[in-house]
Order: sequence, then C-alpha cells, then structure tokens
Amino acid sequence: MIWNELTRGLRAHPVKPSLSGIARRRSLWERIHLDPWLLGMLLVLMLAGLVVLYSASGQRLPVVTAQAIRFGVALVVMAGLAQLSPTTLLRWTPPLYLAGVLMLVAVELIGDMGMGAQRWLEIPGVIRFQPSELMKLAMPMMVAAWLSRQPLPPRWRDLLVCAAIIGVPVVLIARQPDLGTSLLVTSAGVFAILLAGLSWRFIVFCGVLAASALPLLWMNLHNYQRQRVLTFLDPESDPLGAGWNIIQSTTAIGSGGFWGKGWLQGTQSQLEFLPERHTDFIVAVLGEEFGLIGMLAFLLLYLLIVGRGLWLAGAAQETYGRLVAGSITLTFFIYVFVNVGMVSGILPVVGVPLPLVSYGGTSSVTLMAGFGILMAIHAHRRLLPR
Amino acid sequence: MRRRRETLKNPEQELRVFRMRALLAVLVAVCLTGLLGGRLFYLQVVQHELYSTRSEKNRVRVEPLPPTRGLIYDRNGVLLAENRPTYNLTLVRERVEDLDATLSLLIELLGVPEEEADAFRARSRQRQRPFQPALLMSDLEEEQIARLAVNRHRLPGVEVEAQLLRYYPDAETMVHALGYVGRINAEELASIDAGNYAGTHFIGKTGVERFYEDELHGQAGLRKVETNARGRVLRELGHTDPVPGKDLTLTLDSELQKLAVELLDGRRGSIVAIAPKSGEILALASVPGFDSNQFVTGIDVASYRALQEDLDLPLYNRAIRGHYPPGSTIKPFLALAGLAEGKITPDSTIRDPGYFQLPNDSRRYRNWLRWGHGRVDLERAIAVSNNTYFYTLAHDLGIDKIHENMSAFGFGQRVAHDVHGESDALMPSRDWKRGRFNQPWYPGETLSVGIGQGYWQLTPLQLATATAVLANRGNWVKPRLARQVGDEQVPVELPDTPPDITLDNEGWWDRVFSGMEKVVSGHEGTARRIGTDLEYRMAGKSGTAQVFSLGQDQKYNADELKERLRDHALFMAFAPVEDPQIAVAVIVENAGGGSTHAAHLAKAMTDAWLLEDEAPDSEEVRDVLEREDDRVAGN
Repeated sequence: MIWNELTRGLRAHPVKPSLSGIARRRSLWERIHLDPWLLGMLLVLMLAGLVVLYSASGQRLPVVTAQAIRFGVALVVMAGLAQLSPTTLLRWTPPLYLAGVLMLVAVELIGDMGMGAQRWLEIPGVIRFQPSELMKLAMPMMVAAWLSRQPLPPRWRDLLVCAAIIGVPVVLIARQPDLGTSLLVTSAGVFAILLAGLSWRFIVFCGVLAASALPLLWMNLHNYQRQRVLTFLDPESDPLGAGWNIIQSTTAIGSGGFWGKGWLQGTQSQLEFLPERHTDFIVAVLGEEFGLIGMLAFLLLYLLIVGRGLWLAGAAQETYGRLVAGSITLTFFIYVFVNVGMVSGILPVVGVPLPLVSYGGTSSVTLMAGFGILMAIHAHRRLLPR
Repeated sequence: MRRRRETLKNPEQELRVFRMRALLAVLVAVCLTGLLGGRLFYLQVVQHELYSTRSEKNRVRVEPLPPTRGLIYDRNGVLLAENRPTYNLTLVRERVEDLDATLSLLIELLGVPEEEADAFRARSRQRQRPFQPALLMSDLEEEQIARLAVNRHRLPGVEVEAQLLRYYPDAETMVHALGYVGRINAEELASIDAGNYAGTHFIGKTGVERFYEDELHGQAGLRKVETNARGRVLRELGHTDPVPGKDLTLTLDSELQKLAVELLDGRRGSIVAIAPKSGEILALASVPGFDSNQFVTGIDVASYRALQEDLDLPLYNRAIRGHYPPGSTIKPFLALAGLAEGKITPDSTIRDPGYFQLPNDSRRYRNWLRWGHGRVDLERAIAVSNNTYFYTLAHDLGIDKIHENMSAFGFGQRVAHDVHGESDALMPSRDWKRGRFNQPWYPGETLSVGIGQGYWQLTPLQLATATAVLANRGNWVKPRLARQVGDEQVPVELPDTPPDITLDNEGWWDRVFSGMEKVVSGHEGTARRIGTDLEYRMAGKSGTAQVFSLGQDQKYNADELKERLRDHALFMAFAPVEDPQIAVAVIVENAGGGSTHAAHLAKAMTDAWLLEDEAPDSEEVRDVLEREDDRVAGN
C-alpha cells in the first residue's frame, strides 16, 4: 500500500541516533534547551500578530504595548518550563492535575462572576486566575501520564480511566459556562489517546456514538449557546442581534479580496462595524486588510509550527513526552481551525482566540507554556535514563 | 493491527504507532487548513464583488424601529399609563470626531449639573453594538432643543430624536400597583433579546410594567437603509413594521385606589381590596408613594438620595413586601382550623380567668382583658377577640396543624398571579425554626402564633387574599392585577391555584362569619363603633400587632422613636356577608389598636364599593377621618 511506502522511512529508523550527545559538542541552543526553529516561527507569528493588533485596536499603542509585555512574560515562562526534565514533569503531573480540578470546583463554589460566566478565581489583590487555562496543559499531561504506564495501544480499562480524567474537569468547565475552553480541554485529552494508538474500530464507534448524542447535547445547551448555533445556520435570521457578528465579519473578510485593502485601510474594521475586532474576531481585520494572500501566509505559518511541533514530539524517546508534546501541538491547531472557521462563518461562534494574535494575556501565556513543555521534552532526551 | 496484545510495553512499536498517527494528524491538519483556505477563497475571490459592494461603496444598515409600548387602563377605562411625545438626545459614537469635546459641549449647552456630568458621559458608552445610538438625555425642553439646533454644525453624530415617553398621570397614587419603566441598565442589557430591544430605551422595572414587559413592549420592526461611508442615509431598501405592544386593562379601580391612599392620609400603611369571586385586586395602596415619572426620564442624584433616605421608605412597596405580625386578624382562620381538625365545635366553650397556663408551667399567658371574659364560645371569642380561647385552641392544635391549615389560606406564600416582587413573608413551622435558628419549637411559641404574634408575618396582600378565600367559603381564586391583556381576557381559573378548602360541615363557615359580624355589629364587638350606621352586613376582625424593635441602621429622635414603637393597627373585612363583593385588608403602621385605628378605613372602602355610585370626594374623606379622630379622642 502507498501508506506503507510512505511510512517505511519512519518505521525503519524508530530512534534516530543523529545527535549522540557526548561525542558532539552541544550547541548553544541545546544548552539552553530551546528549539531554534520553533522559537523562530513563534517570534515571527508574535510580531505579525502585534502588527495586526495595532490596526485592530483602532491604532491604540497602549493595547499593543500591553500585549507585547504579555508576550515577554509568556516567553520567559516558556524558557523557564523548557529547563525542566520530562521526569520532573511526569512527577508533577498528578498534583498539577488534581490542583486544577480542585480549583475548578472552587470556581464552581465561590468563583467570581466575570462577563456573565463564572470563570475566574481570585485572591483579592494578589492574583486573578482562570483555572480552566491550567487545565489546557494539565489535561494532556495527565492522560499521557496514565497511558505511558500502560501497554499500548490502550485497552478498554485505560479508556475508561481516561474518560474520567477528561470528563470531570470538562463538565466543570462547561458548567461555568465556557464552551470554547471545554472544547479545547477535551481535544487536548482526546488527542493524547488518539496519538497513543487507539484502535480505528473504536474511533469509528465513538464517532457514531458522539453523532447520536448530539440531540442530548442540544438539550443541555444554554439558550445563548443554542442561539449561536441557530445563528450560524442562518445569520440573516437575526441581523440586529446574534447574527450581527457573523454578517459583519464575513463582509470584512470578503471585501478584503485577494490582496487586501492594506494595513490600517480596512473600512469595516476601522469604522468599528466589527464587534470584538481585537479579540476573538481579529481574523476579520486580518482578512480585510491583508487579503487572501495574508490569510494564507498566516495559515501556512501555523501549519509549519504544527509540523515542527509534531516533529519534535516524534523525536522524543519516552511515550509520556511524546503524547504530551503531540497533543499540545494538535490543540494549538484546533485553536486556529475553530477561530478562523467561526469568523469566516463555517463553524458556530465559540469563544476561542486566534493564538498569539488575538488580544488577551492568559491564553498567550498558556500557549507559550505549552511550547515550553514541548521544548523541555525535546531538549532533555539525552538526560533520560535508557 | 491484529497482533496478539502484549502485556509488556513495547517502546519501539509505540514509537512507530505514534509516528504514523502524527503523520496522519499532519495530513488531517493540512486538509482542514485547505478547507479554511477554500472558504476564504470563496469569500475573498469568488464573492469578493458582493462583499466589496456591501462594504465599500455603500453600506447597508439595519435600523431598528421600536414598537409603541402598550397603554395601561383601570377597570373603568381610566388611563393609568400613557405615552407622551418627547424629544431625546442621542449620540452615535462612530460619527463623533472628538467624543470628549462633544460631550463637554453638550454638557455646557444643556446645562447638565456637575454631579450628573459623569453619569451623562457614561451613558454614551451604553449600547449593544456599533452604530447604535446611545441615549444621553430624554425629555428635552424647548429651550434645549433650540440651543442644540443652533449648534448643530458643531455636533456631528448627535441627534435630537422624537420618541414616545411613558407618563403616569396619577403617579403618586398608582406607583406601587403599576410599577414604572426606566432606562435599560447594563444588567438588563445582558438578559434581553438584543434584536427586539435595539431601538428601545426603556424597560419595565417593577409592578405590572415589569410583569407584563413582554406583552407591553411589542415586537421591534426594522428598516434597511443604504448609507454612504459617513453614515448618511441615502435611500430606504425596505422595512418591516413594528408590532405595537398590547394594551393592558387592570382590575384596579382608580377611584377606590385613590380613596385608599387618601384614607391612609400620609400615615405609613397599606390598604388592599380584592373582589373575592373574581380574585380581582381593586386597590393595592402603599403609602407613602412617590412620583414614578421622575424615574422614567432618569432621576437626579439628590432626589433619589432623598427618596432612599426618607425614613418613611416611599420606595418600599408595603402592600406586597411589608412584613407585619398579623395580630388578632387571623383568629377567624384559626377558628376554622380548630373546627376542621375537630379540636372545637361551634358551641363548645372555655372558661376564661384572664390568662392561660401551659401544663406544668407557672407562666401566665394573659388575655388583653385582665379579669377575663368568663364563659366564651367560638362566636364570642372572635367578637371580643378573646386571647385565652385562642391560646387554648392553638395549644390543642399544635404548630404542625396550625402551619398546615394556615398555609391552605396562602399565608407564608406568594399568592398572586401577576404581582411582581411579592414577598413570601413567613408562616413559621418546626422545620423553619430548625433551619433558621437550629432550635426545636417550644410550646409557648405556639401560643404566640395563636394570637398572631411571635414569628408569624404576613403582607397586606396575603391578608386580603386570605380574607377573600374566607369570604368565598374556601374557594380559591388567585388574586390578579390584569383583567385583559390585549384582546385576551385573563381567565378566572389560573394555573397553580391552591386547592380549595373544604369543611365537613358547611354551616361552620356561617358560625365563623357570624362571629366576625359581631365584631362590627355585636354589642361587645371590638369594632362595634363602625357598625352603628351599617347599611349592609359586614364581617371583620381587628388586630393589633406589637412592634418590638426597629431596624438597627435607622436613626430616630426620641419623639419619633416613641411613635415608631407604637403598635400597628390592622383590620380585615368583607361585605356583604351573604354575597361578598369586596374583601379588604388595612394596615396602618404605629397607629395603635386595630379596632380604633384601622376599622373605619376598611368600612370607608366597603362603603365606597357597595353603596355609592360615585366614590366620595376628598372633602368627604376628610370628614370620615376627622369624625373618627374626635371619637377616639373622646374615648
């Protein structure tokens, strides 16, 4: 089969002994445990993101500065996490996960109401924190930690455990209610299972099961969430209310054309027709001002980051690291797909930002923390006991 | 992979599987990105022309057309809430070049007082979506409109728009029954249907205005217009007419309501009247009231503070939220409970030495008449409001039976169909006390409940409702304020009506009524003073509720303190006994005894409803009140 031909190379050299540590002098990048390719692409993305944000924020420099400072913090967090060894990460995974679940329970009980949904946990004057963000990382780590101790591919028993690991926090997050984050956290966990080699028969079975559970899900949605789905199916049905965002964002993107109207030249965005234009709907500004060509450039960059991430994951020696790295990378892709999909009108509106472009501190830090873990797993290969 | 499953880990195989899966994931990601690319290609290349036209040459704007709010009438067609044409000042932020300068200029031109300026500026931010006008000021005066017109060229994006504004012709009297509308606030903005309220600036805040908000508001229409890049309308592309809100006909009788307010004569208190057979609320008065028209246009800070800090609490709707100990007004209900539970018969008697004692307890629970009423049967116990009889009865019934039987009359529950913000008040029970204080129920507390003191609290609306159910011989009809919504009649039978109260012997109702008739007409009735010139048969019961303490955060001077520790006067009544047309509950705060300070108000209400073609005018009301004052003084 073609498939076998394509993958033969991979199967032939399961562990590539290209960089055998002691003999070769370690480069600067290896000593600081960072991956230059990945870091380079992320920096390009951040810079491009700041350029778009300047336009999307109505040319307000303070917004861009604030975002740049957050990027700085995020980079420090990334570099810091990259210094940890996977063994340390593995050791800290269960406490981290448990802490995350406990904090979600705390949010449920005492959480601060922010933006109509209960998501924040606050120690007044000290810190304001969204535990569901922590879960985006703790989730794949915990699933991977469990699976890495079991023989793979996963068996029924493992799947039940994983279902519990995923289910408890997701239900708590969905109750807040935060559909976007619960979607991202779920996919982070599920990717780890899929990458561990879940059998195809089971995947198909789950697919069918999920499809048949859709009506049940519908009944449990909040009214505003239903409204979003209905609006997605027919935006013109509610032009003044919920459909406004979609109509305006597709108009902005469509009017951008192939080459775009030019930076700061988007009439839709600059005239404030667009709601949430510097947060979740920033793609509309991007599409209007930079056109199809700009959009494709961004998508390509995202794809390259995903490719590099999976490459690093594949090069990891231990199953745990591999699964964590792989699912962090794929979750990153989900961000992109869901965000661009919703703004361009092929997916219903769920609150998912465009990674490293949308304005917002917490998600940037979480994302970069994820890449930090990814680099840690890659860079510490030789330190692992054989 | 159909291989036999290994129980040991196989790192090489795991790596192989992972790499295959990862490669597959890359392929899927590429495909999905391709899908996004395809969608973007469709939007930006295939449909570019369409969106380009929409966006660049002309913009299609959808403008909401707000519906006209429904009017509110009383049962006789008297207009209680109308819409008055006024001029509003609105601002579209996108069309304003320098927002700060524009706002400052407006503040200067309109003469906005300094303390209002911040709120005025803040209003420019309150809106749901871009290009929606924000309401800065409503009900502009002629002079202000003129000044704005002169300076029009300096104020792009600022518009004076004609709008219908809510107006309450008799606000002070009606406010607690009607409620009022006000500016939509941020909280409400989040919960309303954004599309339907896109052009509406006002929403029902309390009362029927709130309860029937959806019906009164109507359905917004919309107008699609083509505008140029500066937002000027070029032409209309089409429109959908708004559906005006439905008119509301209330059960209130504005004359009776007015009378109730005048009878209270500025004293803190409440009068509620209900037509027992239909459940129609004829009057729902709470005094003092306030001018709700101030709230429509946005009340200024000083006036609002004055209302809030007024010790008489004008903003407080006593009729539906006031909690009062019922005093002796509930004795007829307890008598019925005793009959129903077989603890007494209409003819059984007790001997009243002037007090009641619990077994093995030396404490004496006293009758109000120190030396006692001697032999007392049911009718006499009600007529003279004998405490010993009801101590005995309450002790025999026990708190559980009392709670069960009194709940059947609606005490401790929200009873009305469409009264917004009604309070449950409190019908105490063993469970309630356990939950509230974590203490058991003591027998002495049952005795307090037996004479309407202790934990028991009711609202004037509850007392009127229970009186109506009593007058109906246990037949429940839910009290309601709306008679007709649009063209639809509110049915007499409403969902969630409590079950009717049935007695083994229908004659027992008559015996209790007879006791209540003796309250006003008997030779030793507590309120016999009002029975002297009765032209119909009236049944009633007085009550005096002790005030033990005042709210801790309220400060009174010595005279006021003395006044505010006086008893509340209560009276409940219905008439005519043989065919009840009206049930009334009267509560006058800190007035003293109910038989002397509330009974004549109840009678004035029943008189007005039953006797006269026209309600008495203010002169006659004064007369009733003065005559009564003389009598009390001469007593």
